[in-house]
Amino acid sequence: MQLKRVSLYVIKKTLKLVSLLIAISVLSFLLVSYSPIDPIQSYIGADMVRVSPEQRDNIAAYWGLDDSKTEQFLNWSKAVLQGNLGTSLIYRAPVADVIAERFLASLILMGIAWLMSGFIGFILGIISGIQEGSWVDRIIKGYCFILASTPAFWLALLCLMLFSVSLGWFPVGLASPAGILTEDVTWLERAKHLVLPALTLSIIGVANVALHTRQKLIEVLGSEYARFAKAKGETGFLLLWRHGLRNISLPAVSLHFASFGELFGGAVLAEQVFSYPGLGQAVVQAGLGGDIPLLLGIVLFSTLFVFAGNLLADLLYQFIDPRMRKEELQ
Amino acid sequence: MEIQQSQKKENIPLAQNEKSPPLFEVNHLALTFRQYEKGLRESNLRVIRNFDLSINQGEIVAVVGASGSGKSLLADTILGILPEHAETSGNILFQGKILTKENQIRLRGKDIVLIPQSTNALDPLMKVGKQVQSVVKNKHKKAVQERIFQKVGLAKDTSDRYPFELSGGMIRRVLVSTAMVSDAKLVIADEPTPGLDEQARDEAIQYMKKLATEGKAIMFITHDITAALEIADKVAVFYAGETVEIANTEDFSGKGENLRHPYTKALWNALPQNDFIPLKGIQPLPGESVSGCVFAARCPIATDVCTEDVPQLRPLNHGMVRCYHA
Repeated sequence: MQLKRVSLYVIKKTLKLVSLLIAISVLSFLLVSYSPIDPIQSYIGADMVRVSPEQRDNIAAYWGLDDSKTEQFLNWSKAVLQGNLGTSLIYRAPVADVIAERFLASLILMGIAWLMSGFIGFILGIISGIQEGSWVDRIIKGYCFILASTPAFWLALLCLMLFSVSLGWFPVGLASPAGILTEDVTWLERAKHLVLPALTLSIIGVANVALHTRQKLIEVLGSEYARFAKAKGETGFLLLWRHGLRNISLPAVSLHFASFGELFGGAVLAEQVFSYPGLGQAVVQAGLGGDIPLLLGIVLFSTLFVFAGNLLADLLYQFIDPRMRKEELQ
Repeated sequence: MEIQQSQKKENIPLAQNEKSPPLFEVNHLALTFRQYEKGLRESNLRVIRNFDLSINQGEIVAVVGASGSGKSLLADTILGILPEHAETSGNILFQGKILTKENQIRLRGKDIVLIPQSTNALDPLMKVGKQVQSVVKNKHKKAVQERIFQKVGLAKDTSDRYPFELSGGMIRRVLVSTAMVSDAKLVIADEPTPGLDEQARDEAIQYMKKLATEGKAIMFITHDITAALEIADKVAVFYAGETVEIANTEDFSGKGENLRHPYTKALWNALPQNDFIPLKGIQPLPGESVSGCVFAARCPIATDVCTEDVPQLRPLNHGMVRCYHA
């Protein structure tokens, strides 16, 4: 019985993912195919004047640009189904390799930012919610409102101006010092290059988690079961530990795991400002350079990434909340 | 016990000729909420102003009042779980000792327990067995809880269930069992009956009675006079934040000739099985300032003196009443 339910759940989720991927592919392909950027021109760059129309046509034919849009899409899909994401035009390397390499760099950045924003947001939310209406609460709330309305790239620029330019504590950009071989770069240097982008990215996520946690905690503390718990002699930390944490973690968990999309979006901006060679930067370059295979590859990959986040939230939810467990499986 | 006698010198005399001090006593209790209106102007919202009550060991005293009379806040006041902007005056005595903030913290959940009204009073994400066990102070938490569940007719596997898996009636039994597992001397039952069908209501009432026969004192907060009369020894009638009368259960009979306060009489005669005469008007809202008797505006026998001065609670005919004309 249990097995049947679980397999049904897996099938349902898989179908959702497949249909999502198909929809995303079609939509993204449609969008890029109407992009004004000429892939051949961006491929050849400044040498364009020296390329004859015949050579141009040859490249176009080689890349299959002469085929109809539908045909191009079908060709691409066929290759993708066979596990071949194609070759990136700007990096001259298989798309899968580029994504793997870039994602690893981004993963560290996003991972640190994600953990930090979740932790700080949760703590701030609790502090604020416990002391609702106090000056501490007001400061935290105000801080969150300011954060929530701050554009990521602007914050990145501010951090850059303050910490790199004025104070000189951190490097201005890149993931490692320029002019040094990869194998000679120390961990400390890598970490130093990571601080500012990670900081910027983490600050963005704090407000959401903090405000929702605060709201939920206020709700929990005002609930009948909190009143009853107090009547049973539970106060302060014990009350929070027994009845608060599990209840308030629900919105925080779903929000934070569902924020993988925002995290990725934030990473695009942060990496661009700090010239950090991650997936976010690659997507911008692919878009501007008309690198359709890479762009589509990253789009598919980020879809998977966001989907995984939502799925994790879903699973965790059922772990935390017994009501969901019963509902989902019934 | 003797030492406390001196602290009680301000007390109004009790109706009953008790030899030892009652287990639980409330004198001139008032509760106000501080509120900030625009800017820093402060205003006070007075919810309870003259609450008096005493309960002996093994006794059930019903506190009867209409909705909005401040009944539930009464429970919070006694337990000391009011929000921070609440201020209380008057005194509450437990076992003859003044119930200070520190005492409240020490005693609640131990000597004084609450049976809450709402079925939402259980943590939705915690197994009910565990929630009952948190009240048990000795080592055999699980055994004690299982024995009580059996006593109130809950199946053994109930303790591993979550509140959402239980029916309303089962949740009430769980809530009652939290009071039963404790060694409490005073149980405050906050409206345990509304919204129940007759059978469940009778059951809930029987549990109250059972607790009382175990020697616990019960403060039974309700708006259901009939339920109150079935089990209570005394009935304190609560109107707009004041005790207007403390009557004995026997006084509620006939046309209410033995009742002392006009409000109690009106309440009694409004019952369907009696004359079914509704009382006109509404009770003063919390915070509404009333100079004299709170009931004067609706009272059929009010005179000028009623609107001028607040009548004091005085003993009358083995009970207490707050009325000039009783």
